Amino acid sequence: MKCDGIPSGCAISGMMSEEGRRIDGRVIIKSIACMHDRSNGLGGGFAAYGIYPERKDQYAFHMMYDSMEAKEVTEEFFKDVFNVDVDEPIPTYRENGVSNPPILWRYFLEVPENKLELISERDYVMKTVMKINSEVEGAFVASSGKNMGAFKGVGYPEDIGKFYRLEDYSAYIWTAHGRFPTNTPGWWGGAHPFTLLDWSVVHNGEISSYGINKRYLEMFGYKLELRTDTEVIAYLFDLLVRRHKLPVDKAILALACPFWKDIDRMEPEQKKIATAMRQIYGSTLLNGPFSIILGHSRGMIGLNDRIKLRPMTAARKDDMLYMASEESAIREIAPDLDEVWSPRAGTAVIGTLKAEVE
Amino acid sequence: MESQLPAEFIVNVDHERCRRCKRCMINCSFGAIEFKDKVAPNHRLCIACHRCATFCPESAITITENPLDYKYGYNWTPEIRKNILKQAESGGIILTGMGNPKPYPIYWDHMLIDACQVTNPSIDPLREPMELRTYLGAKPECLKFDGDSACLETEIAPQVKLDIPVVFAAMSYGAISLNAHKALAMAAKRMGTLMNTGEGGLHEDIASYASNIIVQVASGRFGVTSKYLNNSALVEIKIGQGAKPGIGGHLPGEKVGEDISKTRMIPVGTDALSPAPHHDIYSIEDLSQLIYAIKETTDYKKPVSVKIAAVHNVAAIASGIVRAGADIVMIDGFRGGTGAAPMVIRDHVGIPIELALAAVDERLRQEGIRNRASILVGGSIRQSADVVKAIALGADACVIGTASLIAMGCRVCQKCYTGNCAWGIATQKPELVRRLNPDIAADRLCNLLTAWGHEIQEVLGSLGINAIESLRGSRERLRGVGLPQETLDILGIKHAGIGQ
Amino acid sequence: MRIDAKGMHYRPLNKIIRDAIAAGEKEFELDNVGGQRYIGGGLNDSVKITINGTPGNDLGAFMNGPKIIINANAQDGIANTMNAGEIIVHGNVGDIIGYGMRGGKLYIKGDAGYRVGIHMKEYKKQVPVIIAGGTAGDFFGEYMAGGIMILLGMNGKSPLVGDYVGTGMHGGVMYIRGKVDPYHIGKEVNCLELNEEDVKLIGSYLKEYCEHFGFDLNEVMSGKFTKLVPLSHRPYGNLYVY
Repeated sequence: MKCDGIPSGCAISGMMSEEGRRIDGRVIIKSIACMHDRSNGLGGGFAAYGIYPERKDQYAFHMMYDSMEAKEVTEEFFKDVFNVDVDEPIPTYRENGVSNPPILWRYFLEVPENKLELISERDYVMKTVMKINSEVEGAFVASSGKNMGAFKGVGYPEDIGKFYRLEDYSAYIWTAHGRFPTNTPGWWGGAHPFTLLDWSVVHNGEISSYGINKRYLEMFGYKLELRTDTEVIAYLFDLLVRRHKLPVDKAILALACPFWKDIDRMEPEQKKIATAMRQIYGSTLLNGPFSIILGHSRGMIGLNDRIKLRPMTAARKDDMLYMASEESAIREIAPDLDEVWSPRAGTAVIGTLKAEVE
Repeated sequence: MESQLPAEFIVNVDHERCRRCKRCMINCSFGAIEFKDKVAPNHRLCIACHRCATFCPESAITITENPLDYKYGYNWTPEIRKNILKQAESGGIILTGMGNPKPYPIYWDHMLIDACQVTNPSIDPLREPMELRTYLGAKPECLKFDGDSACLETEIAPQVKLDIPVVFAAMSYGAISLNAHKALAMAAKRMGTLMNTGEGGLHEDIASYASNIIVQVASGRFGVTSKYLNNSALVEIKIGQGAKPGIGGHLPGEKVGEDISKTRMIPVGTDALSPAPHHDIYSIEDLSQLIYAIKETTDYKKPVSVKIAAVHNVAAIASGIVRAGADIVMIDGFRGGTGAAPMVIRDHVGIPIELALAAVDERLRQEGIRNRASILVGGSIRQSADVVKAIALGADACVIGTASLIAMGCRVCQKCYTGNCAWGIATQKPELVRRLNPDIAADRLCNLLTAWGHEIQEVLGSLGINAIESLRGSRERLRGVGLPQETLDILGIKHAGIGQ
Repeated sequence: MRIDAKGMHYRPLNKIIRDAIAAGEKEFELDNVGGQRYIGGGLNDSVKITINGTPGNDLGAFMNGPKIIINANAQDGIANTMNAGEIIVHGNVGDIIGYGMRGGKLYIKGDAGYRVGIHMKEYKKQVPVIIAGGTAGDFFGEYMAGGIMILLGMNGKSPLVGDYVGTGMHGGVMYIRGKVDPYHIGKEVNCLELNEEDVKLIGSYLKEYCEHFGFDLNEVMSGKFTKLVPLSHRPYGNLYVY
């Protein structure tokens, strides 16, 4: 299942209803299909939030297995570490362009109280995910959040979307990705999005600082098994926001901090903060070209690298926020827009669920 | 006892080209050139410092090794034989200067750097920002902000800013001349980096460069007062140095003139002895005690560095030092230079800095304490590529000693301990010191760092990164060639040919 | 010829256009365009193409003669290595437009993105021109070797232009209507006031430009322009030692 480092290309799209309205998967598929030529059919995927409302307090694990044996080993492990409420195959639809899928199964899990004496619930789940990915041969966690899921594989994204029957799911956040890897592996786990708990990341670009981002994360117990640089983004957000409790805007600052020459010209308090961020979090700086769309249960964040080497267009219409690699991908699903703009380098576009939404 | 040692070098003079200007004779500070109706070298005294050859207007002088062949014997090298003769004639420890010249492996030359192509663009350093700025000091594990995310609540320990991740090494006033010290101070200030007083104290003429000076506290505590400690950018406790791990230092009394006496605060004519250990540090908790004594004296305003030699257990030692409260660990590899050291120690003790650095950085990360101290490394950083590789292995910055001396004119003849340096660097004799113009020497040092800075930026650009912190510790950007697996494991890098 | 491009991949769309041109067609109108790439790419003929909808990347790449009108925002890579022709955009454009442009005109009503006009070059009588009516992002005119770039700031948005303006410039000229902080200008660039010849030069291009978009030429010309030129044709002579 493992394969050599695959750089991340090439098309991303995201859409969110800030009022929490649920929308089915056909819309996002249409958007990503519009950017067909940015991919080469070797990877596509989606993240969706709000799709399991009846089970919203349970962890929905989407699993991929190379073999029945991997499934059995994992399920034994699940019995030890979780209360397994439901397990069932992820509904799929055989589709041309999508071949050799692994075994795709999902589980709705709860963490037994007695496991949480010395560790928080989320740390516990995170450790379990790390353990499965690194220790169970042939098993891989595609997503591990509550009331959300990742649907991904080898194929053009529109084909993957149909394969997973995304028209049957309704979500208030959808993100999508189409890949253009430069190797030729047929590895379902290598497609985007990469997730941890309820963080998901789709990414266009290549992280040239990967070597040190990875070594930094390893100091905190994250295991980077997937040899795809995008992994670090999801884990960095988990570390900075959930564990270090940095406000989201500061986590973004860590990943895309301005140049020293601009920091030196800032107002004193801002300058102090930016200088401190670079001094302490220099190993989290993401270098190299990137556009990313990060999803989490309360919103969506789009971000470019500091010199905007990858494209990103953002747009709003009523309560909807859109982000995509190309404007035409947004126009395809929303021809009339209130606002359309190109976010500036290193400046995040942030969509947040209105406070009253559950 | 008459010496049986033949001349090591032969001074070849082309008498036809020679103008008889006598510049060579005037310049030679080792008495190796006389003039009797024509230039008459005394070959036995030549130590190959090239002063005469450099100043000869006709390039009429060449220095060659004395071509005395022995019957071939791989084991009994000419040098070993000479050393035995010397010891038979004197009964003494053979003294030498500069760094280990022996052909041990150079690991820098077995590592190659990555470049970006197709999937990731390289960056143009001439036109786009390429940041080398580095901050030395202890850093907290994370930052806390107030509720609104508007204000930073965490107090950060003092940080020292470097505009380029290259610092001048510790070389004492006594080992080198005051003019050399002045040149280093001026260049450090101009280039936004630091120089280090070494164990000889801080001369009042460069006291004004305080914010670019590392003051050193060595076992002899020369010139160390509260004023000295505070007149600095940071304070360094010298436990050891790469060239002579485990032993102390010795500046003979005849070299302790007025000025040195004043700077070191010892009487004129007394020997300046640096004991082997700090006699108040016999265990790690004693080091911690000294570190905090210094912090108290400097009101916690200066980072405290601890300099150690790279020896077998360097990773564990470094971990202990960090836990003892040091803000910076400076590791000096076995090839580090010195003004004077016994040859037996210089050539046979210590380990390579590449391996020591890799081991220390990895160990600190495994223990989760890498953020608590910056790592400085030295011990034969010869070129900008070595700096890039050191940073990729995990160093915060590199320290250059020999390279800075060479920039000022040193020819590495290894005779520093004689005090006769013809280039005015490793000497206290006024007529020789005068030969080193501090302003010109400072220009040369600035040129060196400027050139290396540009070269490092070129490499960063081809790596597709525009800030040095994205290279720091990113071992993924290095590959080994011609190294056995165990060495690759210690360095934490893969062999060339293996992808991500 | 009118073509409904809805749901059409760029390959058949562009082939239809090329075949029609070979058969003598001179004018095209494309409806429901949504992300199709390379429209007008590599065409050598003086044809006219009107585009309704947002075209995809690399519009007019290697183009050598046609006139293209876009009635919407356009995306990235427009006029990539364009040699001759005209592209008129009634909206904003994305990044990396006019890269290596060697001739022709690119007129944009609104904003342009990052890295506009990189390594534009001119040769004898062929002088490329880019005029943008709004703002532009970082690296405007990076590595410029020839040609003319004009930035107008008519929509009052700020900042007018980004960082590293003209970095690496060693030919050509830029005219920016409005204040540029010297901090944002590349070290290879010299800022000057306009002389009579400059005013005449930009006046002639801007007259044409304003007609396309309904701007008031007097209002445009009354703004304070800065002229940016390279300091040298060999900006890096001293960097190397041999």
